[in-house]
Amino acid sequence: MLKLENLKKSFGGVAATRDVTLDFADGSLSAIIGPNGAGKTTLFNLITGRFPPDTGRILLAGENIAGLSQRRIVRLGVGRAFQVASLFPTLTVSEALAAAAQAHQRRETVLRSPFPLATTTKHGDEIMELLGLTRVAGILSRNLSHGDQKLLDIGLALALEPKVLLLDEPTAGMGPEERWRMIETVQRLWRARRMTLIFIEHDMDIVFKVAQTVRVLSYGSVLAEGTPDEVRTNPKVIEAYLGKSAHGAVA
Amino acid sequence: MAGRWRDLGLAALGLLVLLLVPVVGAPPAIRDFIMFGMAYGLLAMSLNLLIGYTGLVSFGHAMFFAAGAYAFGLAMQSGKFSIPGAFVLAMAFTATMALIVGAICVRLNEIYFAFLTLAFQMLFYNIILGWVSFTGGDQGLMGGIPRPKFLGIDLADRTQLYIFCSVAFVVCIAILRQVVTSPFGYTLRMIRDNQERAAFLGINVTMVKLACFVISACIAGVGGILLTLFVSGAYPNFGFWTTSGEAIFMILLGGSNVFLGPLVGTVILRLLNDITVSYTSHTELVLGIVILVLVLGLRKGPLDLLADRWENRRQAKAQAVRDAADKDAQAGRDA
Repeated sequence: MLKLENLKKSFGGVAATRDVTLDFADGSLSAIIGPNGAGKTTLFNLITGRFPPDTGRILLAGENIAGLSQRRIVRLGVGRAFQVASLFPTLTVSEALAAAAQAHQRRETVLRSPFPLATTTKHGDEIMELLGLTRVAGILSRNLSHGDQKLLDIGLALALEPKVLLLDEPTAGMGPEERWRMIETVQRLWRARRMTLIFIEHDMDIVFKVAQTVRVLSYGSVLAEGTPDEVRTNPKVIEAYLGKSAHGAVA
Repeated sequence: MAGRWRDLGLAALGLLVLLLVPVVGAPPAIRDFIMFGMAYGLLAMSLNLLIGYTGLVSFGHAMFFAAGAYAFGLAMQSGKFSIPGAFVLAMAFTATMALIVGAICVRLNEIYFAFLTLAFQMLFYNIILGWVSFTGGDQGLMGGIPRPKFLGIDLADRTQLYIFCSVAFVVCIAILRQVVTSPFGYTLRMIRDNQERAAFLGINVTMVKLACFVISACIAGVGGILLTLFVSGAYPNFGFWTTSGEAIFMILLGGSNVFLGPLVGTVILRLLNDITVSYTSHTELVLGIVILVLVLGLRKGPLDLLADRWENRRQAKAQAVRDAADKDAQAGRDA
């Protein structure tokens, strides 16, 4: 579904992404891990067109989307939620989702009928149901709890009915119990929508339990990839995460 | 849908009240006050579509007020147009001008947008001043605006002019209401709240802003036309920066988060002006003090304050519903 071929991106003299080649199968659930500054978020920015790669190709269902505008890429079916929830503070949850859905249905400039349109309300309600946000439907986005804000952020991306959904640290800033609830929700929506889902995560317990495939980035390149078990026992990964001296202790 | 019928009902009621004013024999001073209020009210209301709903703080909005006024006035003075014809022509001129100015300005954000609109306004103002043979320069359009009859309506008659202006005014307010309650209106709010995220939902932010800029300019243009009909002339100060500033004052005085806030602000500003002017020549001083009190004391318009109170109550209720749902869920888990 999503293929990255020899992606490179430098900022000034710093190579943030160096020669990344990855293949995300249709309908897969995979995690991207790596130490801080490994280039995980940069990779998401490249895929979503926030900035173009210096070289390399990004193939979405076989079509090269590298260099297209952010808006174009969104329309082609790549949705994204942000590390820090990016919301519309003065809209309620149900308004925000209806507004996102109307943008997806290309009805964002309709002037004749009142907001919200019946078709978008239905779409928004389904997302609220799926994410367990129905109980906060009437609450302004800025008054939501941290966890609900992260869920709404994902909800806005879901309103676009993406083929590929990128979640940048869905559990960032959450307590242990809240994290598991969040990741269960992510798993549930992945099953419900049958899309290709890629998430960045720091909590190894979560990654190894949930993901089908794990990709490890380090200094902008792919250090290792494989099933959770393969990655867990990969000496290079252990070294990157724990340092050489700890190698023996963990193995 | 219910909301729409309610809005239409309120618009009809508003028009009825306006039309009753001459019937009950109100003194001409009140009628004049209302006519001025309607013209400037459209300026402030249309500006708030940019400031309050889209987050585009324009300092040059009065140029479209003047554009409508001059285009209409010049068309009528040429003698080649009927009033509806000149009206349409003035709208087309204002829209074209807004399209050009907007296409350049809306790509910029915040302070850059504000200053560029201000610059275009000064350019337009100076063209009016400098092109004496066409616009009359600092004297304005002299010699009155002819008002030939059309469809049996005679705008030379004070009462008929008043009715005509009231209808045009209410129609414009209804159009603005339609815009802000439509899906497009919510797209404007998304852009105001979080432009990057809006773009990330596939919205063409520049085009939506431009469309909003043109709609808003056209409504301001109608305000200019009403003023031209009323004072039977057009003057450069219609398009001077102080007129834009006054419109921003009106929004501040009323409130930008309530639909009719700017209109309330218009009434307050004009009342303040009319009252203080009979006691002192320092009207600006009084206005300045009122604005300072509002900005430093309330930090928002009086109507915003009321709306916030109401919204907080509503939010508290929604929170209560959520808490109850959470409690139920917790009970379910425990059991």
